[in-house]
Amino acid sequence: MAKGKYLQGASRRSLLKQFGAGALAISFSGGLAACGRGGGGPTVNVHNWATYTGETTNDDFREATGTRVNYTNFASNDELFAQFRAGNQGYDVIVPSNEYVTRMSQAQMLQPLDKTLIPNAANILPEFQDAGFDPGRVYSMPYTWLCIGIGYRKSKMPSPDFVPNSWRYLLDSPQFSQRIAVLGESADLIRLAAKYKGHSINGIPEAMLSEIEQMLIRQKPHIKQFHSDTGQDLLASGEVDIVMEYNGDIAQAILEDDDLAWTFASEGSMQNQDCLCIPVGAPNVEAAHAYINYVLDGAPGAGIAEYIQYATPNRAARDLMPDSYKNNPIVYPPPVEMAKLEYGAFEGDEVSRRYEEIFTRISAA
Amino acid sequence: MEQTWKQAKAAFAAIAVPPLAWLLLFFLVPMAVVWVYTFGENSGPTTIDFAGTFSNYTRALEPLFLEIFAKSVVIAGITTLMCLVIGFPVALAIAFASPKAKAWLLLLIMLPFWTNLLIRTFALIAVLREQGYVNFTLEWLWNNASGFMTLVGLQPLGEYEPLTLLYNNFAVIVGLVYVHLPFMVLPLYSALDRMDRSLMEASLDLGAGHLKTILLVVVPLAAPGIASGILITFIPALGSYLTPDLLGGTDSQMIANVIERQFKRANDWPFGAALSFLLMYLTFIAIALQALVQRRSDRRS
Repeated sequence: MAKGKYLQGASRRSLLKQFGAGALAISFSGGLAACGRGGGGPTVNVHNWATYTGETTNDDFREATGTRVNYTNFASNDELFAQFRAGNQGYDVIVPSNEYVTRMSQAQMLQPLDKTLIPNAANILPEFQDAGFDPGRVYSMPYTWLCIGIGYRKSKMPSPDFVPNSWRYLLDSPQFSQRIAVLGESADLIRLAAKYKGHSINGIPEAMLSEIEQMLIRQKPHIKQFHSDTGQDLLASGEVDIVMEYNGDIAQAILEDDDLAWTFASEGSMQNQDCLCIPVGAPNVEAAHAYINYVLDGAPGAGIAEYIQYATPNRAARDLMPDSYKNNPIVYPPPVEMAKLEYGAFEGDEVSRRYEEIFTRISAA
Repeated sequence: MEQTWKQAKAAFAAIAVPPLAWLLLFFLVPMAVVWVYTFGENSGPTTIDFAGTFSNYTRALEPLFLEIFAKSVVIAGITTLMCLVIGFPVALAIAFASPKAKAWLLLLIMLPFWTNLLIRTFALIAVLREQGYVNFTLEWLWNNASGFMTLVGLQPLGEYEPLTLLYNNFAVIVGLVYVHLPFMVLPLYSALDRMDRSLMEASLDLGAGHLKTILLVVVPLAAPGIASGILITFIPALGSYLTPDLLGGTDSQMIANVIERQFKRANDWPFGAALSFLLMYLTFIAIALQALVQRRSDRRS
């Protein structure tokens, strides 16, 4: 997530909006600095992706509960995990993605949630009430979800009604040679290649891994960049014509350029879910629960969804949203596409290292 | 009369202890910890056992990683050479400029340092991309040339095809040269500025041309400056990861990109540490070579 990585959080939202939000964040934290230290009172330390909350969520929370929100950012799950290897630096609420909920809970970085303090969990849609990566929702509450698909420029397709609805165009075909960008994250790339080959994104057998490696080495000369979640920018600036990218990013780019379009891959894809969790050693566990409960409420949840434009797993919030959002087929994939989405599971450090080495070999080839 | 530090121990200690303590606490101790990691083994998701194993180094010395090291050395080497070729005339010009112009020219060299590296790199993307300033300029020239040709009754040039300047190794080297040029110019300038001008005048008086004077008199005299310029350009260029990551294509992986991923996605700190320390050992070798050049030139004078 390079722009994620370097300009924090642009991965989760478009760059344009980010600058506006950045100005807001500065004035907001300035306000905090002015009244925070002297005013005292309880604080909850929320560590989230940048610009990944509503415009007034944190202020509203303070008004509702008297607890001040100290909102800090991380740029990628890997960064979050690396931060917590050194222990909890004082965070109360963090927002890792599905796979990292498993990874962090296995590393004893998360504490079980006290469900009695989160009555608004009832607002969560039935399909999100439980999760394979966190059975019984012991450690996590769903915050938003997203999936990977294909963004493309309509005018650069061979014919006006051509839809590149297969991973083949990105991973196994010279058709768009040097006009392709794919995610440069080892696990995402390898898993989607497995999906293309008709396998689940989890439990990829060894033989298929070497097939995937060969295929991607063959495809590499046709790929312009292994992008770090900047696909929407590469597409918008005309650098490439077809990208592998998250749905929210492409939905944002389409708003600004109607020559861009989105399609799901017919082979299926990967779904991600960002989750609210409380890390071990959180200084203010009670306020952390209160914060989680608050954002799972209808109106605050809608405020967040409206601002960040990602799919919410919160029914109460979704009901409050305008139709243009609820019926956006990019943000909310139709059932037939939903059925083909899978969560990437955390399969242990050994598998992560294996994927990483394969990606290193592909890049070095 | 020059004083040795022995004559003013208290003053020397007052000046030397804080930076030494800083160096020890925030550089040597953390480095030692990372060095110990290089012999460690992952025993759990967040724990490292000090196993005294060399397996991390053995793996780091596999052909895959050695090739990436070699590639990084080549890219850093080309960068350094380009910086030297571009930087030497610049440093020479500054050294011979009038004192007033000198201050301004040095300021211009240092000005980019006032901007964050990341912002400079993103600016370079805006310059080099297909819808970027270089291509806009070329397209404008192309279209004008094309218009001119129709005017004089020739075939027009046809549609302008934007050049692909970004997301390849060319872009990485442009980015690295752009970022590292001041590191080369400043030590070269200080070496050239200190030089005894009468030697150059003597060379010119005795019949050597300008080029010959530069090659046979100026360059040897500036050798220590050139060596240190090469060193402080080469070392950071060798370890750069942001530039290849942002400007490079699928073929631009450098060793620091691999190291970064070991500390993040792979969660393999011992192996990442071993790769880092291999890079460090390379750096030590480079510094030793530079010291050798320095000593030889000291002996000569």
